[in-house]
Amino acid sequence: MTAKQPFEAVVAEHGGTVLRVCRAVLGAGDADDAWSETFLAALKAYPALPGDANVEAWLVTIAHRKAIDITRAARRHAVPVADIPECPAGQRADGRDLDLAAALAALPRKQRETVAYHYLAGLPYADVADVIGGTADAARRSAADGIASLRTTYRAPQSRKGEAR
Amino acid sequence: MTANHQPDVRDLLDALPAVTEADLRALHDRLADSSDAQGVLDVAYRTLDTPVGTLLLAATEKGLIRVAYGTEGHDKVLKILAERISPRILHAPRRLDVAAREIDEYFAGQRRGFDLPLDFSLSTGFRRLVLSHLPDIAYGHTASYASVAAVAGSPRAVRAVGTACATNPLPVVVPCHRVIRSDGSLGAYLGGPAAKQALLELEAAA
Repeated sequence: MTAKQPFEAVVAEHGGTVLRVCRAVLGAGDADDAWSETFLAALKAYPALPGDANVEAWLVTIAHRKAIDITRAARRHAVPVADIPECPAGQRADGRDLDLAAALAALPRKQRETVAYHYLAGLPYADVADVIGGTADAARRSAADGIASLRTTYRAPQSRKGEAR
Repeated sequence: MTANHQPDVRDLLDALPAVTEADLRALHDRLADSSDAQGVLDVAYRTLDTPVGTLLLAATEKGLIRVAYGTEGHDKVLKILAERISPRILHAPRRLDVAAREIDEYFAGQRRGFDLPLDFSLSTGFRRLVLSHLPDIAYGHTASYASVAAVAGSPRAVRAVGTACATNPLPVVVPCHRVIRSDGSLGAYLGGPAAKQALLELEAAA
């Protein structure tokens, strides 16, 4: 059993990845709250975490639950408004980033989760399945569908060049 | 089958908006505040630049628990705190505001004693007893290891007094630098002999 690092080191090592995951699953608007609740819960539980535990998978598991809570709470408090585009393209110089975030946001929830947990957090599909339920194969298919869908809805700027649009 | 086998997917996802240092700093500060407010931040720390180098200051909810010189290795000190006190440790300067201000004042020659809650959890038994007597040595004065041993009620425990000073978890604040050898030479110091000399000169000048 390895000695446990100060929690500060956990935040430094995994904070960026967990934020990317939260943004991918929830969108930029709720990601900060999900991140905050994830790390607060993790800090509370940290002394009881086994020294040899996979910290990244543990954090993703907590973030997954917090994201579900936030989505449920938002649904309860939802006030119907006219459709507002989440990412007004063209307002930033680097518009392509917003395009990809919007394409990701348009995926079904499970595809966003599997893409985020596998590709952004680097969890093997077996671990992804442990987090979201179901089998590793189902997680793999869901992520593959998500990526395939992203490739059709989002075109990187390089591949856009020379195309008549 | 890991993500590394599909670099093109990684390239695709690299086009997502970047997570910036500023994003993470803001979230970190919010975590430091909320965990402290909820009573789950067991150890808060910050660093402080002083004339004797950058000091690490760490506090539990009870009080200041550790002051560490750079020579001790701040990362190593934090790891020991994680093992001996709790791994719930964050860089959270707010809890150290008063300690940092008093230490600043001390180095500016404007403060002769510290008025801070102290947590002696890292020190036990005779060492703790010795440390409890050190603030009795007045600012600008020194005492010998032998006389401190006598005051602590164990006149023959001169070496143990030396060990207590060498392992003082709260240097500067608990003035082990005021304990010197009977022949007037400075003796060892956990921040190095130059730091000990600097503190004694500061106090002599003020």
